[in-house]
Amino acid sequence: MRIVRRFCGSSVGKKVIMAVTGMSLAGFVLVHVLGNTAIYFGAESFNSYAAHLHELDPLLKVFEVVLLLLFVVHVSFGVSLFIRNRFARPQRYAVSQSSGGRTLGSVTMFYTGLIILAFIAYHLWSVSFSSRPFMTSIADLIRAHLQSPYVAGLYMVSVSAMALHLSHGLWSLWQSLGGSHPAYDTLLRRGALALAVLVGCVFVSFPILAQVWDGFLR
Amino acid sequence: MSSAITIDLILKIWRQQNIHARGALQTYTLNDISTDMSFLEMLDVLNDQLVLAGYDPVAFDHDCREGICGMCGAVVNGQPHGPETETTLCQLHMRHFKTGDTLVIEPFRARAFKLVKDLVVDRSAFDTIIQAGGYVSVNTGGAQDANSLPVSQKNAEEAMDAAACIGCGACVAACPNAAAMLFVSGKISQFALLPQGHPERRERALNMVKAMDEEGFGNCTNERECEVSCPKGLSIRNIARLNREFLKAAISLP
Ligand code: HEM
Ligand code: FES
Repeated sequence: MRIVRRFCGSSVGKKVIMAVTGMSLAGFVLVHVLGNTAIYFGAESFNSYAAHLHELDPLLKVFEVVLLLLFVVHVSFGVSLFIRNRFARPQRYAVSQSSGGRTLGSVTMFYTGLIILAFIAYHLWSVSFSSRPFMTSIADLIRAHLQSPYVAGLYMVSVSAMALHLSHGLWSLWQSLGGSHPAYDTLLRRGALALAVLVGCVFVSFPILAQVWDGFLR
Repeated sequence: MSSAITIDLILKIWRQQNIHARGALQTYTLNDISTDMSFLEMLDVLNDQLVLAGYDPVAFDHDCREGICGMCGAVVNGQPHGPETETTLCQLHMRHFKTGDTLVIEPFRARAFKLVKDLVVDRSAFDTIIQAGGYVSVNTGGAQDANSLPVSQKNAEEAMDAAACIGCGACVAACPNAAAMLFVSGKISQFALLPQGHPERRERALNMVKAMDEEGFGNCTNERECEVSCPKGLSIRNIARLNREFLKAAISLP
């Protein structure tokens, strides 16, 4: 109990929790994007990928619950850290000028988080828990969604926000966990950015393909 | 000696009588400032003129004016200690500015640094953090034999780098979250790296972080603004070390 209180009750401990949950969520996102590349190989392979996933069923349910818990913890602590940080500087500067440390990703962390939150709510409602009309395959469902220009646009905004979140997060989490070495720091920072951009590009490619290519998921 | 170069400036300085009064930026024009002057000498000239004209001089902190005591500091155009890297305000020279420049000068802003007057803030929150763990206990008795406590060269260097912190508070001023992590991590590092700091190592990490939180500083979000603003060039590697020290202590202490 005392250990839990030490973590949840202190700024540094909360950051460790953010890092651990963020890392796990990022791991999920990486696996998710890899799985989704089955879309490139057409409807059949995507449907069979989805079917194989569901064969893991009892395990999948456990996994979903764990993921949800991690997510709830990440969001709650993220919001509480954000509020406390606002509180710590009651009067803002008349002129604010970065000295060169911040990045677009780090500045927008909370806001990209909110976009991801909204997107995941929509995603769960429209894909994961949707009552699919009888005989509609998952591929048909995704195609129908992404062929709408509005859905495609929102999707692109959301996954870009996710990439931005990861561009800072994938480096930041190591620092929060205490890992830092001058020999690897630049590599780690560039690697985080590269991985975030790659994940973003793969996710963004789906709505683009759906919009411009008739053979998408057929 | 060649004739001195002088510049004319427009200053917008935060004026506030005390923490309860309303503050505002006041505009002053200041002409014929020698570029050989330091920033604080420039403020001295302004204050001379203000006093002669019957106004209240601008209050600002300073002591050594050599960049070693950590008393000076203000935010110039959004940057603590001004635009030069690894330079305190007292060591910032006016040659880095051009004639006609507008300089907005504000106090360090954080809930934990209460404003005293104009550019002066109360940084005693740092003292409270130091009292919570920034010390080592040494038993009295005969002096240690020389070289009986070996310290690796790497650790000695890193401890010295961390100990370069002068406690000015620029890291807090620069941090978007008004976090004091660079300061605290410097103090924790200088002890964690040396054998003399090891007896209280675990308690120190927990206690200093606790004091830091209680004083109302924000949380680190790894923005790295502190390390680029630090006049002594402390690296955020110290913050990673602080996080490690905290983790080890939080898990291992009963
Ligand atoms: C799948 C979705 C998400 C992933 C993969 C993810 C990943 C990450 C990672 C890796 C970090 C870095 C942790 C660190 O600096 O130690 C982070 C930080 C953060 N995340 Fe997320 N996140 C996700 C969703 C969200 C959501 C929905 C929010 C909602 C508000 C959010 C808010 C934040 C905030 C505010 C931070 C910065 C915390 C800090 O630096 O103190 N994230 N995230
Ligand atoms: S007055 Fe001592 S460091 Fe500037």
